[in-house]
Amino acid sequence: MPNTLVEAEVLQRVLDEALSRGGEFAEVFVEDRTTSSAMLDQRRVEELSSGRDRGAGIRVVVGETTGFAHTADLSQRGLLAAAQAAAAVAREGGGGVREIALGPLLDHPSHAVMLPGDVDKAKKIELLLHADDVARSEGSSITQVQVGFGDSSRRFVVANSDGVFASDHQVRTRFNISCIATGDTGMQTGYRPIAGTRGFELLTPEAVGDAARRAARQAITKLDARPAPSGDLPVVLAGGSGGILFHEACGHGLEADAVLKQASVYAGKVGQQVASPLVTLVDDGTVLGEWGYLAVDDEGRPGTRNVLIENGILTDYMWDLLRARKQGRTSSGNGRRQSYQHLPMVRMTNTYLLEGDADADEIVAQTPRGVYVAQLGGGQVNTATGDFVFGMTAAFMIENGQITAPLRDCNLIGNGPEVLARVDAVAGDFSMTPGTCGKNGQSVPVGTGQATMRLSAVTIGGTAS
Amino acid sequence: MSELLDIAERVLNSAKGAEQVEVYLARGVDTDVQAYQGEIEELSSASSSGIGVRVLRDGVSGAQVGTAWAGSLDESAIEDVLREARDNARFATEDEFVALARPDGVAPAALELSDDGVTSTALDEKIAMAIELERLVRAGDARIRQVDSANYSDYVAEAAIVSTTGIRATYARSGAYVSVEAIASDESGDRTGWGLSFGRAPSALDIHAAASDAIMRATRMLGAVKPPSLKCTGVFDPRTAATLLAIIGGSLSGEEVVRGRSFFANRLGEVVASPLFTLLDDPTDARHFGASVFDGEGLACRRNVMIEKGRLKAFVYDTVSARRAGTVSTGSAVRAGIAGSPSAGCRALALAPGEIDQAGILVSVGNGIFVDSIVGVHSGVNPVSGDFSVGVTGLMIRDGQLCEPVREITIASTLQRMLLDIVHVGSDVEWLPGSAAGQTLAIEGLAVSGA
Repeated sequence: MPNTLVEAEVLQRVLDEALSRGGEFAEVFVEDRTTSSAMLDQRRVEELSSGRDRGAGIRVVVGETTGFAHTADLSQRGLLAAAQAAAAVAREGGGGVREIALGPLLDHPSHAVMLPGDVDKAKKIELLLHADDVARSEGSSITQVQVGFGDSSRRFVVANSDGVFASDHQVRTRFNISCIATGDTGMQTGYRPIAGTRGFELLTPEAVGDAARRAARQAITKLDARPAPSGDLPVVLAGGSGGILFHEACGHGLEADAVLKQASVYAGKVGQQVASPLVTLVDDGTVLGEWGYLAVDDEGRPGTRNVLIENGILTDYMWDLLRARKQGRTSSGNGRRQSYQHLPMVRMTNTYLLEGDADADEIVAQTPRGVYVAQLGGGQVNTATGDFVFGMTAAFMIENGQITAPLRDCNLIGNGPEVLARVDAVAGDFSMTPGTCGKNGQSVPVGTGQATMRLSAVTIGGTAS
Repeated sequence: MSELLDIAERVLNSAKGAEQVEVYLARGVDTDVQAYQGEIEELSSASSSGIGVRVLRDGVSGAQVGTAWAGSLDESAIEDVLREARDNARFATEDEFVALARPDGVAPAALELSDDGVTSTALDEKIAMAIELERLVRAGDARIRQVDSANYSDYVAEAAIVSTTGIRATYARSGAYVSVEAIASDESGDRTGWGLSFGRAPSALDIHAAASDAIMRATRMLGAVKPPSLKCTGVFDPRTAATLLAIIGGSLSGEEVVRGRSFFANRLGEVVASPLFTLLDDPTDARHFGASVFDGEGLACRRNVMIEKGRLKAFVYDTVSARRAGTVSTGSAVRAGIAGSPSAGCRALALAPGEIDQAGILVSVGNGIFVDSIVGVHSGVNPVSGDFSVGVTGLMIRDGQLCEPVREITIASTLQRMLLDIVHVGSDVEWLPGSAAGQTLAIEGLAVSGA
């Protein structure tokens, strides 16, 4: 059943109103989202929560200026009032009447099998308890287990003055487990997420049990961790552990908003060698079921597979509608927004490095001394300078080509263009990891991926010499 | 305001039987202006409202709690929220410590945190501030190549918290900010710096100070190099010191402590920091960005001294974490908007000021590294183990003077060690947005990883 949330004729009227004082472009985005979450802490079920958020965001573009307003009132009156507020930036007036003809609705039903609303709350809790059981069975040093569950059903419809009229139903499900192990050396943490643009079927007992086991083992292993080294070393990133590094280290710099403002180190570098020839970087909204999957982006543009860097050569940036209009080209399907209360901007979807033909074990064996990263935590980048940092939440020393002692948590630091040039081996064991990307105060779900690979030198921010 | 209370009371009246209900209602109006190249790039104005409800039902071995929220104050939305919260409660574990706050007799501080100026200032004036801010930065120094964004934002907000346990609190607040990020360039490359100003109303903003701060911070980093690794004293600028205080404050949350997720757990009464270090959380001091009359459960905010001359004195609690710890709430419930439950946290951290200012501290330290910005706090600081490793840009300190800029380095230690290794607390207090004010801090023995 196509769900337009608001009648097509009303949307048309709202767009007319939005452009009545002038302006080149208007858009109305109507969203209805229900969420639920549950938290199990020390086997106590805490915080079952349900939420509902529904409203519309309207923007009007006049020259270089965007006016934006949002409302939770989806009546025609409420929408027209928001349209007037957004149109307030069109000061010159003289817009006159413009015929806006919306095409037929491009509807995208969810691929989810078990929709959030159809899953018994008791089943969700059962799953959390199962994870807790598995984690604790890994060893008596596991003293704390916290398990979280969340799902969301997000329907939206977007219509604009170019005639775009599309809707999507995005169902997302996530699970995460944190374990604390206690030993003579203090406490250590282990963490593992599962997340996908899928329904409850994502969370099989096997998948959840596996995540719980890994989180528990990670914490237990780190009890023997020694301080991380300080200084430049080769770094081997395990498959699926470090895609976030490329998301931060170069992905953000390839977003057209930063590029057009000359606030990216990659501005003006299309066609140039910006990375090792082993690097082919792709942003791909079409990977069905992945955390960053989308049928259409939040501007109604179909999700797309975009090659950003091919064999080390910069091929293109990522674009949203506004930035693409300025350059007289089409959006690359990267216009995303946290909710109807936010303006869309250029965002990544699933960003990954294509795999290579090296062997993962061989890469380690051929590294006399370095750091093996099994899991990276969050990171941060300054797009203007390319400087970034990342937390290593599970890492080991590599000594004489062998993975040896676990390391305490610490950051690694580097510079995007420099690190891209230092990729000197890529294996074939590709896998993806879900994450949340924050930019200008908006969070969106993204996927990142890579195969086991080596960076010839990265600065490790530890305390040991 | 009375309208919010009326709605809240109506919801309470529909509580059934022995159940207990807490209603949190919030409403606000926001304006955001972004200037670019002398024009408005984005102008956004919006009002929003929402409701969050917690329902407690008594069981044999304690209460069950369920929560629900909606981004609307529609009659039907409110009904759905109450029904969902009630349903969610059925699945929660019975917990003897789960309870709603009850009035505790602490009088709310008389604070005026709302200024009509936000509403009475014309939109054109606000737009002009953003545009002028951008112009000042571009015109202020020939090395400024670009201004990524110059922003003006403000809000007015009101909220009400009422409960069947006798809580009845309402409050209003307003805020206005300008911020700008400057990109400076020379043959060595690009460096960034940002400046800001904030207050309760537009009239409190100093765009000249924000502009010159952004310019100074961007240009002084030009030519930054990656120094060799070393171990030295770090002098934290008030902004980066505030970041440290916010991290420390997070670990002083009674909730984290009682859950065993803080490196301060089981250390009450012990010396945990240098004797120079006295840390308090005082939302009743109106100069704080996080100043507040009531906490997230509707209890009066109060002044809490957590670390006194290096000794750990107290944690901050909300009602549930306090009951778990066998104590009472310190009026420190915080909530992240309408979604979710309150938790214990700090809002207005500051240190008891020291004797000398930043210049004096630099002279006293002699040689070391001046920490101008920190990145990677979320990924590089483990509040459980205390492991600390962050990315830093800054300036070398030589003979008491700020010298060459440095970048792409990390500093590492543990939070436990850093607190004990504090050698100076500045007399300079800088009020900043966020949960902590900043003061210059000097910490010795930091491992700096560079080339």
